[in-house]
Amino acid sequence: MSPLEIFFIFSAGITLVAAAMVVTARNLVHSAWWLILTLFGVAVLFALLNASFFAVIQVVIYIGAISILIIFAIMMTRRVAQDTGPKFNKDWGLAVAVSLFLFGGVTWMLSTWENFNIAPPTMPVDTDPLRQLGQALVSPDAYVLPFELASVLLLAALVGSIIIAWEKK
Amino acid sequence: MTFLSDPISSIGNWLENFLIGLGLAPNFSALIVTAIGAFVLAAFGLMIVLLLIWFERKAVARMQDRLGPNRIGPYGIFQSVADTLKLLTKEYITPAGADKVVYNLAPLFAVMAVLGIWAVIPFAATVYGSDINVGALYIVAVGAIGVLAIIMAGWSSNNKYALLGAFRVVSQLLCYEVPLVITLLIPVMLAGSMGMNAIVMAQDTWFIFLAPLGFLIFLIASIAEVGRAPFDLLEADSEIVAGFNIEYSGMKFGMFFVAEFLHAFTIGAVVATLFLGGWRGPGAETYPILGTIYFFIKAFIVYFIVVWARGTFPRIRIDQMLNFSWKFLTPLALVLLIVMAVQLKLVEGSPTWVYVTSSFAVNVLIAFGTIHLLRSFARRERKRVSEERPLATAPESDFQQI
Amino acid sequence: MLNDWLFIGIFLLIAFLFPIAPILIAHFLAPRRSSPQKSQTYECGVETVGDTWVQFKGQYYIYGLVFLIFDVEIVFLFPWAVAYGQLPLFGVLAGILFIALLIAGLFYDWKKGALEWV
Repeated sequence: MSPLEIFFIFSAGITLVAAAMVVTARNLVHSAWWLILTLFGVAVLFALLNASFFAVIQVVIYIGAISILIIFAIMMTRRVAQDTGPKFNKDWGLAVAVSLFLFGGVTWMLSTWENFNIAPPTMPVDTDPLRQLGQALVSPDAYVLPFELASVLLLAALVGSIIIAWEKK
Repeated sequence: MTFLSDPISSIGNWLENFLIGLGLAPNFSALIVTAIGAFVLAAFGLMIVLLLIWFERKAVARMQDRLGPNRIGPYGIFQSVADTLKLLTKEYITPAGADKVVYNLAPLFAVMAVLGIWAVIPFAATVYGSDINVGALYIVAVGAIGVLAIIMAGWSSNNKYALLGAFRVVSQLLCYEVPLVITLLIPVMLAGSMGMNAIVMAQDTWFIFLAPLGFLIFLIASIAEVGRAPFDLLEADSEIVAGFNIEYSGMKFGMFFVAEFLHAFTIGAVVATLFLGGWRGPGAETYPILGTIYFFIKAFIVYFIVVWARGTFPRIRIDQMLNFSWKFLTPLALVLLIVMAVQLKLVEGSPTWVYVTSSFAVNVLIAFGTIHLLRSFARRERKRVSEERPLATAPESDFQQI
Repeated sequence: MLNDWLFIGIFLLIAFLFPIAPILIAHFLAPRRSSPQKSQTYECGVETVGDTWVQFKGQYYIYGLVFLIFDVEIVFLFPWAVAYGQLPLFGVLAGILFIALLIAGLFYDWKKGALEWV
């Protein structure tokens, strides 16, 4: 196995274990810390795929903003109580069966694709994917309209967040 | 001669050849040299803090008309060593009910967040840690890990004042990250790439001459990001008693302290790379050692400005601080970005002197416009405050006089 | 390209493990005389009363929300800035429209008083 594969298995494993801990941790704040580890694992996977821009913005947005918002929200609830109920409900066997079936099904379906086993191809040296992304975002025959709609969506989020989170004095 | 002009690369090459000669595979020996380089860089970062702390104490002391440390060693140079030895012998007092794992991890994350920035800064044309093409945004990402370390420290101390202090620090850091990243867009726009090496190579004229207002906003936002005076309300001893690191003692506190001081020098290095031309200077392309010297001189000048600001300005209140960021720096940075984007596209293809003078003029115009706006706003406020106000009168009610 | 990330990975790992050395040295050198008084949470010398939770202001959350929106905006603007040299004037104006819509949002928040600390 090439070092790349070993490293991929290692980081994917850590991501999955952390994701499982998010769901099963008793203390809410511990769930938040495990979530941060999961998101960091996803960033490492992006870096392994040569998508450095996405690795970096994964850390900036998810860990730098969204995780902090989640932690704020957790700590603003009155009691960060230990959950004293049972960890699993009575249908957990069915859930495991469905998950295994889905995972097996998707893996089998993807394995019929001929590029399933190749390593990420090296990019030709003179392409700059980030520059092409930037040009595509604002060119009229590419994505300029979704770009502007994204701005309108962010404006709506700004207005809406004020309405929801703000108590009128 | 190559050794003198480029010592670090020649040592690296010699080491790699030595390891290959010992029989290791070329990939593996490159990996080992990489690891040794990383270790040396990390050690350098932590060692230079001793010098920086001494320099800052002396400089701030002189600004306050006193001497600063002058007993231990000539001019007090070994004061930081003495302080480190003292911190090494202090007892670790872990508060009752603290979450042990997170409590102990927080100082490690704080130091990692600051040291991580040094990985992408180019010291010379051939001496740099890593040349990823998203270096500028990587610096912001690593800063986000620092913010996380503060929340971890505040929460795991099981102390409501630590948690409160941590929340306020995080609010301040989040609010000042917005103008920081907006002005970070300006060097990226001018250089056409996010990689730090590319930004340095694009600075035939230093970006400080093309965007002085951008440099100023970036510097102010960086000082606020580090949490230094005049923005150090949340860590000052007279305010909230050390804020989020109340419950840390001994070397764990020492790590937070080291992280803060190193962060101040790191922003000097980042500003020098982004706005002052990094390692560029006369003769730096052929002799990388000269490039390194230029870089450190520039980083040190910016660090001195940061220390100067600490010794000069009074501390500002938290609501003044947050209003300053949201209501002044962010709109100003966005307006600057818009105007510079239009202006640069209009003068594209013109000779260099048109390019440079028009950018500089646009920045100066925006600065004057802002000062004019602020002055008229202040005039209106003064008029409003000095109007006649009605005298206080007794309320019209039928209180029973007891 | 992956080699660059490898350096960063190794460097971050070393940077994370490096402070363990001084902390461990201090662990061995420092005295360890713990007492119940020393382990109490610090509250300027007074005994703590009540649970360790504080009623947090909602304002922290609003600052976080507005920061998140601007963060996502800036993430959209980075590829635009990298491609800036090759863009026609139309592309530059498209980016400026994007920024202008968000300045409008910022002014809306300002006028509604959502950015006040109190």
